[in-house]
Parts: sequence; C-alpha cells; structure tokens
Amino acid sequence: MNTPLTRPNTYRSGPDAAGKFGGFGGRYVAETLMPLILEVEKAYAAAKKDPAFDAEWRRLLTHYVGRPSPLWFAERVTGHLRAQAAPGLGAKVYFKRDELNHTGAHKINAVLGQILLAKRMGKKRIIAETGAGQHGVATATACALFDLPCTVFMGAVDVARQQPNVFRMKLLGAEVVAVESGAATLKDAMNEALRHWVAHVEDTYYCIGTVAGPHPYPAMVRDFQSVIGEEVRAQMMEAEGRLPDVLVAAIGGGSNAMGLFHPFLDDAGVRMFGVEAGGHGIETVTGHAASLTGGRPGVLHGNRTYLLQDENGQILEGHSISAGLDYPGVGPEHAWLHELGRVEYVNATDEEALSAFQLCARLEGIIPALEPAHALAHVLKLAPTLPAETLIVMNMCGRGDKDIFTVAKLLGEKF
Amino acid sequence: MPADPAAPQARSANRPAGRPSRIAARFAALRAEGRGALIPFLEAYDPDLATSMEILRGMPAAGADLIEIGVPFTDPMADGPIIQAAGQRGLKAGATLAGALAMVRAFREGDDATPVILMGYLNPILSYGAERFAADAAAAGVDGIIVVDMPPEEAEVLAPHAKEAGLDIIRLVAPTTDAARLPLVLNASSGFVYYVAITGITGTKSAAPEELAAAIPRIRAHTDLPICIGFGVRTPEQAAHAARVSDGAVVASALIDTLAKSLDAEGRPAPDSARRVLDQVRALAQAVRAAR
Repeated sequence: MNTPLTRPNTYRSGPDAAGKFGGFGGRYVAETLMPLILEVEKAYAAAKKDPAFDAEWRRLLTHYVGRPSPLWFAERVTGHLRAQAAPGLGAKVYFKRDELNHTGAHKINAVLGQILLAKRMGKKRIIAETGAGQHGVATATACALFDLPCTVFMGAVDVARQQPNVFRMKLLGAEVVAVESGAATLKDAMNEALRHWVAHVEDTYYCIGTVAGPHPYPAMVRDFQSVIGEEVRAQMMEAEGRLPDVLVAAIGGGSNAMGLFHPFLDDAGVRMFGVEAGGHGIETVTGHAASLTGGRPGVLHGNRTYLLQDENGQILEGHSISAGLDYPGVGPEHAWLHELGRVEYVNATDEEALSAFQLCARLEGIIPALEPAHALAHVLKLAPTLPAETLIVMNMCGRGDKDIFTVAKLLGEKF
Repeated sequence: MPADPAAPQARSANRPAGRPSRIAARFAALRAEGRGALIPFLEAYDPDLATSMEILRGMPAAGADLIEIGVPFTDPMADGPIIQAAGQRGLKAGATLAGALAMVRAFREGDDATPVILMGYLNPILSYGAERFAADAAAAGVDGIIVVDMPPEEAEVLAPHAKEAGLDIIRLVAPTTDAARLPLVLNASSGFVYYVAITGITGTKSAAPEELAAAIPRIRAHTDLPICIGFGVRTPEQAAHAARVSDGAVVASALIDTLAKSLDAEGRPAPDSARRVLDQVRALAQAVRAAR
C-alpha cells in the first residue's frame, strides 16, 4: 500500500488482478461477501469476452436509451464567455448530452450492462442504492423492462427531499426502502444494500451506481460508462477533425467522469478536470463533499480511496446542493489519477453551481442537473483563460427536472 | 501488496511469537475442563464509558471465558440494527479506538488472564496507524483482533504488524466460504476461528442447530485452531448448543439488547444497567458450563 507511485506506461490497464489502481481500490469486505464479489468478478470477465453480451447491451443503448447522445456545440455559452475574455481567448465549449438518455442521466448505461450480467448469472432479484434517486430510477426502469423484482435503498433524508424520484421508482414497480440508520443518506443506503445482499446471497444481484465499491465494481461500471468517452472521440473527430483539448466532468462517486475520461487517458494532449462539490467551501469541516481535494485516504464500502473523515477515522457526512454529489468517498481510480496528477481535481461551490445552472437554462435552453452544473461552473472559470481554438467537452450527465424544486426553493420561488 | 493465496503458510507461523498467548492458554484450560467457551460482547462506550467499563470489569466473574469488545464505527456494514445503535451511542459518548485501548488497559489492572478481543472495522485502525495500533493494542493487553472488512487478500497492511506485536488475527468464516476459500482464510487466522453461523448480519436470525452441527466438522478438517460460533446466538440454550458442537459461543446482540432496553428515553443508563447485562452473562455461562 505504501509502494511509491510510479508513472505507468498506460493509464488504461488498471486495475490489477487484486482490483487495485496503485494503492487504491481492492476488496475490503466481510468474509460473507467475499465469495459473492469473486463470483461477480468471474461472471463479468466471462461476459466481457462474449460478443453476444456486448451486442445485446449495445442494442439496448441504441433503441432503448437513445445512444449515441449528441455532442452539442454550446454556441451561446461560448459566445457569452468570449465576450468576457481577452481578445483571442475563450475556448469552444461542447456539451456531451447524456441528459438526453432515457431516464435523464448517464446512470442507465451501466445499469443495463449490470442487469444483463445479473440475468446471465441467474439472479432473480436486483437491489440498488441511490442518493438523489437517478440511479434508483435507472435500476427500477431496467428491472421493469426485464421483469425483475427491484428493491432500492435510499436514505430517509434523501427520500424526504427527492419525492418525485421516489414516486417514479414506485411507478416503475420498485420497492423503495427508506434507510434510517446512521446519517440516513447515500452512504447509509449503500451500507444497508450491502447488509441486505449478505442476507440474500443466493438469488440477489447488487447493482452499484458508481465507480466505487469492492472490485470488480469500479472497473465494471467504468467499462460500461466508457461508452460516453468513446462516442466523444468519434464525434469530435467528425466535428473538428481532431481530439478535444480539455474534458470537464462533475465528480460525486465519479462514474460520469470516469466514463468520459477513460478512453482519453493515454492521449497526453487531453487535459482533464474532475469537479467536486465544494458545497459551502472546502475550507469548512463538513460543508462540502470534495473527497479528493478536501479528504484523505481510507477504507469504506469495500475500497481504499479518498474519504471525508475525522481525525479518528470516522466517516463524515458530505454536503452539497446536489444530492448526487454528497457522497463522502470517490471512485478509487480517481484517487489514483489524482495522485498521479493525470486528472486535475478542482471544486465548485453550491453558489457557483446554482449560477451555472441558471445561465445554462437561459443561454442554451437546457436545464442541467445540479451535478453537471458543477462541471459547467468550472468551464465558466476555465474557458475564458484558454485560446479560442481550444476545444472543451463538458459532460452534461443529467437533466435538471429532478432539481427544479430544490432550485426554486433556493431562489425563493413558491409553488 | 495483497497476501498471495497460493503461498503455503505453516499454521504455527501465524501464531504470534514473543509473549505467551492468553487465548491459547484459555482454550487449553477449557479443553482440560471438557467444555466450550462463553465469549460475551460489549460495545466500547455504550452507552457511556463508565457503564461499559463496569460491564467489562464484571464479565469474568459473571462467567466470561473470553471477552469481545466492539469498537464503534460510523459505517458498520456487517452489523444489524442492534449493534449499529450501540455503535452510535458509543460514538455519541466519545468512543475512539484510543478510548477502547484505554478501556483494555484499565481492565488489565485487575485481570491478567481473561483474553480480550477487539472487533471493528479497518478505517479507524488505518487512521490511527496500523503499526502504532498493533503495538499499542498489545501493550494495552489486547490479545486478538477481528477486522470485519479486512479479508486475507487485504491483510498485508496490518497482519505483519499484528504478528510482530503478538496480536492474533481472528478471522470470520461464513457459510458462503467455500472449500476453495477455506484454506486461504484459515491459514491467515490465529487464536481461534470465528464461524459466522448465518448468511446475514449480526443479531437478525439464528442458524438451525443441525446446520451448525454440520458446519463445524467442515472447518475442523482444515484447522487445529479452536472454532467459536457467533451471529444469531442469543439464548442460553443456543449458547450451550454452540459451545457443545464447537469450542465456544459468542453472544453479542442479545446482551446489547438488554442494555439498550435498560436505557431511558435520552439513552442514559439505569443504576442497574450493567447488572442486568451481567446477570444475562451469568445465565449464559451456566448453560455453557452445563453443556459438555
């Protein structure tokens, strides 16, 4: 674990056989769960090699999800930023429009892959954790399609503040369990899902929503989400005849960012920014959810990664205006890329995200989710400092329908 | 680097060298007596330091053969609602890993024979510093540790320091641990083996007696270490049965439940909170001692 970080020949070969990205990742689970995650790993390795599995997943992406999602030149945002920039500056901003996916976010990409895997494994029930409810909705959707019973664990606090998504999951036939234990938010939903899984090992598959958890989940969810970056490569070649210069994505657990970044990790000319939730500011003790820029390494939920924790190793609650970003950990591959310096991790505050949210609605006619609003907030800072020929791609990983009530409240609107 | 599952490890090589092991001595004595062990559990600082210290100090006289102390963690993923709540009460009362070690140090002033095992999760240990923790735990009088979320594959971070300090690493074996995995887990164990009787979390359900009777020989075939049964052992009858078919019974949630029920609405202990828990330990001990 304390082996010095050496620069690899490729950033794309991880994890190793032990599920490690450098010193991060791994399989830190109770013995009862070990055989299960080894079974998932084996099944996924076999599925990955099966062309029929890939074909079925891609068929669903095309005809059910609506992929490829467009790569949109955000001309008015670009013009707005150039107007404030010095002459010759103001990068060209593109949005990767994963908010147009069925269910309104990138989560469905990895959910469909995992549900197909669960079916291959002969599992009869699906469980999932959710924070804001996007992963829960995506999982409930796929379970409806595949006629599988679905139970979604959601912190009681999140259930109260994300009522529309709770109702969506119920409409889709899922059972939503309000988790009262611990702090009753996303991390506790994940604890409860793991506990439930231990008690139902025979017939149940745990569909994890992000690039975290024990191996093989971080690698598997990344592989499925990499469809985002692969599409961007092809689309940008078509639009501009070359690769983008800068990629920007929001980071909670980090699945949309990993999906965008991974296909470009070995392209040295592509700079990458992961934008964490700065909340009230990362100088506050528990007022943010910036695990990489405001936390330190530890072990939680089956992997070693950067965590928000106190001096005694107790896990702290994150805060963000976005319920999808307030997880106290981050995917282990991000922790590794952070230490190697391959990806630059920054943060945007609640206030900056809120302002980007409104700007995007007015300038582009796109109401973003609060998660990509964080990414956009960084684009707004960065683009005016870069030459006009610079190409930026920001992952618009979700739409803002779920957030309008939160935002309305913050802006003093009443319904 | 993770432990290499293929590396053959002599079982004796895992036994920490240096000082004599209280755990080995206690199991040898019990074997001579012809009975299994009762291993009661308490959560450090639950509901406060004074009460948990009173319970800890009273346990040997009430019939505890070994004692397991839970170290509170915010995210105990293998624990059911009863122990989760105990951990939260402990944290609220100020529990830390250092505080749990201080409890053991205080306990050792009056008892140098009863083995003490700490059970907890890895992150507080990493935060404390794995090497420093192993040294401080041994110095405080801790004999063994159970780190729930540290399977043999991830043990390299702590196991060498534990061995150096003379701490046993007690591992959980579950019904899901198949024949292919058993040697890996057992070879990475010392002190005793903790058989998790159910596929589930603590304090939720109990295994059928015949399931237990069948499970133990499967493990026994692979190890010389004592095997104790936990998870779902609640009543004196269940404890007696577990101690009869294995080498000991761990009782946790049932004791925590008694303690929790004695607390007032604000979570404060009653004057007889500790006594109620210790009375229950006594009843469990009588049943275990009667079972031969």
